[in-house]
Amino acid sequence: MHTTTGFKLMAAAAAVAAGLAAGAAQAADTQTVRLGFAAPLTGPQSHYGEDMKNGLVLALEEANAQNIQLDGKTAKFELVSKDDQADPRTAVQVAQQIVDEGVDGVLGHFNSGTTIPASSVYNDAGLPQIAMATSPEYTQQGYDTTFRMMTSDTQQGSADGEFIVKELGARKIALIDDRTAYGQGLADQVAAAVKANGGEIIAREYTTDKANDFTAILTNIKDKQPDAIFFGGLDAQSGPMRRQMVRLGIKAPLISGEMTRSDTFLKLAGDAANGTYASLAGVPLKQMAAGEKFEQAYKERFKKDPGVYAPYAYDGAWNMITAMKEAGSAKPEKYLPKLASLQRSGATSSNIAYDKNGDLKEISVTIYEVKDGKWQMVKTMVSNAK
Amino acid sequence: MDILLQQLINGITVGSVYALVALGYTMVYGIIGLINFAHGDVVMVGAMIATTLVVSLVGGGVASMPAWLAIIVALLLAIPACMALGWIAERYAYRPLRRAPRLAALITAIGVSIIIQNLAMMIWGRNYLSFPHIIQPRIFEIGGARISLLQIIIILAATAIMAGLLLVVHRTRLGTAMRATAQNREVAGLMGVNINTVISAAFLIGSALAAVAGVMVTTYYGVAQYTMGFMLGLKAFTAAVLGGIGNLGGAMLGGLLLGIIESLGAGYIGDLTNGVFGSNYQDVFSFIVLILVLVFRPSGLLGERVGDRA
Repeated sequence: MHTTTGFKLMAAAAAVAAGLAAGAAQAADTQTVRLGFAAPLTGPQSHYGEDMKNGLVLALEEANAQNIQLDGKTAKFELVSKDDQADPRTAVQVAQQIVDEGVDGVLGHFNSGTTIPASSVYNDAGLPQIAMATSPEYTQQGYDTTFRMMTSDTQQGSADGEFIVKELGARKIALIDDRTAYGQGLADQVAAAVKANGGEIIAREYTTDKANDFTAILTNIKDKQPDAIFFGGLDAQSGPMRRQMVRLGIKAPLISGEMTRSDTFLKLAGDAANGTYASLAGVPLKQMAAGEKFEQAYKERFKKDPGVYAPYAYDGAWNMITAMKEAGSAKPEKYLPKLASLQRSGATSSNIAYDKNGDLKEISVTIYEVKDGKWQMVKTMVSNAK
Repeated sequence: MDILLQQLINGITVGSVYALVALGYTMVYGIIGLINFAHGDVVMVGAMIATTLVVSLVGGGVASMPAWLAIIVALLLAIPACMALGWIAERYAYRPLRRAPRLAALITAIGVSIIIQNLAMMIWGRNYLSFPHIIQPRIFEIGGARISLLQIIIILAATAIMAGLLLVVHRTRLGTAMRATAQNREVAGLMGVNINTVISAAFLIGSALAAVAGVMVTTYYGVAQYTMGFMLGLKAFTAAVLGGIGNLGGAMLGGLLLGIIESLGAGYIGDLTNGVFGSNYQDVFSFIVLILVLVFRPSGLLGERVGDRA
C-alpha cells in the first residue's frame, strides 16, 4: 500500500515538473489574450447564451489555429466566460470580476438590460466591449468603448412598424411587451413607426419574461378587434402566446422581433405558428456574405445548427481580433482606434464598419413569415446609414 | 359579458393548477411546519418527464400511440418518479433537520430546489422542451366565450383529485393519523401513530399531485423548461397563504381565487383606470389582494380552523 502511494506521488511530481518545463518553454514565444464574455448561461434564457458562446468559441479557435502575432508573440485567445443570468445586478458583479481577471477586451453581454449597466464598468477600465444588445441606449451613453454585434432596435422597430402598416395593411395595432429593456424598447420603436405611418395603437399590454399564460391580456385585446398584434419579447413567451391567440379565436397576425424568429418558437407554437411574422436584423444565413461557410464550420464543431445569434457573435469576435491584428497588439489603448475604424468582410456581411457611436453602419432587416411550419423570407431591407 | 366569462374560464383553468400545487405546500406545512420551496421544482420534474415520454411515444420512437394513451402512460410514470423525488428530499434533506430551528429547514428547502433545478438542467439541457401538439384543440363556444376540451379536462380532473384528497384525509386511518400529527406530533406519536410514515405520506401525496399539475401545465401551455417550477411554485405558495396555509380547503379556494384575480386583474385594470395602471400591474394586483387578506385575516381566508389542518 505504502509503495503504491509513494510511486504515485513520484509520478505526479514528475508530471508536474514536466508540465512546468513545457509551460516555461511555451511562455517564451506565446502570450495568452484573455477576452471576457458574459451572457445568461443558466435560467430561462440560457439557450441564447449558449448560442452566442458557441459563435465566439468558433472564432477564437480559428484565430488560435492561425498563430496570429501580437506584441511580438504568438497570441493564444482564451474566453473568460461568466454567467450574468440575464439579471442587471448580477451583470455588474460579473463585469467587475471580468475586469479584475485582467482581460484585454469584452465580448458580451447578451441582453440589453445587462449590457447597459455593465458597459460603464468596462468603460471605467478602458476595455473595448462588443455586445449583442440591441437597445438604442447602449451606444448612446457617450462611451468610446461600446460596439454592437447586431443592428439596433431603432432600426429594426421602424422597419417592423412600416411593414405592419404598409405591407400588412393593418390600421389598428395592439402592442404587448415583456417589460425588459429589449422588449419594451422594441415595442416603443414599433409604436412610433406605426403612428408615423398612419396606424393607431389601440392597446398596450404587458407581461413578463417568465410568464406563459397570456389569456387574460389576449382576451382583453380581442375585445378591441385589432388588425395586428405586435409582441416585444422572447420566443419562450411568443410561442405559447401564439397558441393561446388561436385558441381564443383571434384572427389578427402576430408580429415580433428577432427573438421570436427561432426554431424554438416553431416548436412551441406548433400548428398555430403559421401566419406569424418576425423581423431579424441582418439577412438569412444562406444570403450572408459567408453564411454557408460559417454554417458548415459550426455544424462540424458543435454537431448542431447555429442559432440566430451565433454568426453575429462569431463576427463580433473576429472584429475584435482583426482590430488587434491591425494594431499588432492586444493592448486596449492600442487596438481601440483600429476597432472604431474597422472595415472588414465577415460571415454576416461583406461590409462591417462602425459609426461614431459604435453602431453598425450597414442596416439590414429581414421580415420572415411562418408558412407550412417553416420560417420563410418575405422581405429584405438593407440600407447604409450615414 | 362574454369577456367576463372568458376571463373567468381563463382564471379557473390556471387556478385549478395553482390549487393542486398549493395543496402540496399546505399539507407539508400543516404537518411539519416547513415551507417546502422545492415543491415547485417537483412540478417541473413531472412536466419534463411527461414531455420527454410523450415525445418519444408519439414521435414514432417506440410505436406511434394514440395521444390520450401516451399522456396516460406519461402520467403513470411521472407520478411515481415525482413521488420518489419527494420522498428522497424528505428522507435525506428534511428529516435530519426535523428538530433543528425552522430557518435551517427553510434554507435546506431552497437548497433542494436549486439542486433539483440544476440536475434537471444537466439531464434535459437549457432549451425549452415543446410538448407535441397531439391533442386537436376541440373548442366549445359558451355565450361568446371559448373553452377548449383540454381546459374542461384540467378543471374536472383537478376537482376530482381534490375531492379524493379530502376523502382520504377525513375518512381513512391514514387521514386521521395525518390530522392527529398536524395537531400535536408528540402526542400523536404516543398514541401509536408512526410519525415518520405519516410525514412521508404527506410528501408522497403532495408530490403525486405536483406530478399531475406538471403534466397539466405542459399539455396546456405546450412548454416545459427547467426553471418553470420557480414562478409556479411562488404563485402556488401565494395561493396557499391566501387560503390559509395548513388548511386543505384553503389551498383549493386560494388557488382558484388567485387564478381568477390574476385573470380579471390583467383584463380589467387598464380599462377601469383609463390606462393609468396597465396589465403590468397584474402581479402587483394579486399581491395587494394577498396583503389585504393577511391584514384583515392574518391566518388566511380559511386559516383559523386549526383542527381542520392536515
